[in-house]
Amino acid sequence: MFEFIEKLFGNKPASKSIAKERLRLVLIQDRSAMSPAMLDALKVDLIKVISEYMSIDIDALEVCLENENDSIALVCNIPILEMKRTKADN
Amino acid sequence: MSEVIVITSGKGGVGKTTTTANIGTGLASIDSTKKVVLIDTDIGLRNLDLVLGLENRIVYDIVDIVQGNCKIRQALIRDKKNENLFLLPAAQTKDKSSVSEAQMQDLIKNLREEFDYIIIDCPAGIEQGFKNAIAGAEKAIVVTTPEIGPVRDADRIIGLLEANGLAQPKLIINRVKQNLIKQGDMMEIIDILEILAVDLLGVVPEDESIVASTNRGEPAVLDQNSRAGQAYRNIVNRMVGANIPLMDLEEKNSIWKKFKDFINK
Repeated sequence: MFEFIEKLFGNKPASKSIAKERLRLVLIQDRSAMSPAMLDALKVDLIKVISEYMSIDIDALEVCLENENDSIALVCNIPILEMKRTKADN
Repeated sequence: MSEVIVITSGKGGVGKTTTTANIGTGLASIDSTKKVVLIDTDIGLRNLDLVLGLENRIVYDIVDIVQGNCKIRQALIRDKKNENLFLLPAAQTKDKSSVSEAQMQDLIKNLREEFDYIIIDCPAGIEQGFKNAIAGAEKAIVVTTPEIGPVRDADRIIGLLEANGLAQPKLIINRVKQNLIKQGDMMEIIDILEILAVDLLGVVPEDESIVASTNRGEPAVLDQNSRAGQAYRNIVNRMVGANIPLMDLEEKNSIWKKFKDFINK
């Protein structure tokens, strides 16, 4: 009956939305933790795209996923060697 | 041309074995020209024999076959009711490492000569038992329930299946409680499909009659009055190509149900 009253006043979010949100976050972590191969593939693609605009230090390039509170960010550290004047078409 | 399908979930207790028993029994009963074999790969913790009611007929098991103690034919147990349906039981006193992936592939290759459907019941977990179960499979069905733990594990399993060449597994969502969904306390089917990004094979409602059918060793798919049985019949029909809409998950109207609905509004 208490639940009934709580629902009546609507001060508690439906637990299914909480479940969905928690799952969404935990799956980003699970999936990101899963494959270094995916991260390597991402690096290769990033280098390809960025090189069209600037020349970068490929050896010093860092790409990783960082976890803070309830968000996950893709953090890239890409030292630039030289800017290009126009976009290079590969 | 035989179909080799593994039924898996990651998480234990979501209904893999019940699903295997019902799908196998269903496939064997809708088409009497097809031969079906169910393989229990849960070595050390076998259960499929109980769900099918065949536990008293086991003489040899899968480990006996790979160790050369018997021929495949000697270990196969014919179902009580359906003569096209067979069980290949797991060993109860050995462990998962008693069978290798190569041995599984070899066994399935031999079974292909005789059976149209080879359905593999996978153990919980992602270790050797899982690896064995998927080794010879060419299709996969993932079973989950609408809770965060099982869905998370299903996601992990889908990733592992895809990494092992079993792309596009089909999903069964088991034990769906429509009253909880209505009340906002259970994730909806569409939410789960969106999160897992796989195709849906079927939805099975929570049904207390499953307990009784397991007690008797008679899969619910044969019980015309069971709602879960109806859901499994729909799944089986979809597997053979029929286009069947999802069943209505509403409980049948009773005064008690109307009262509960009123309280839960």
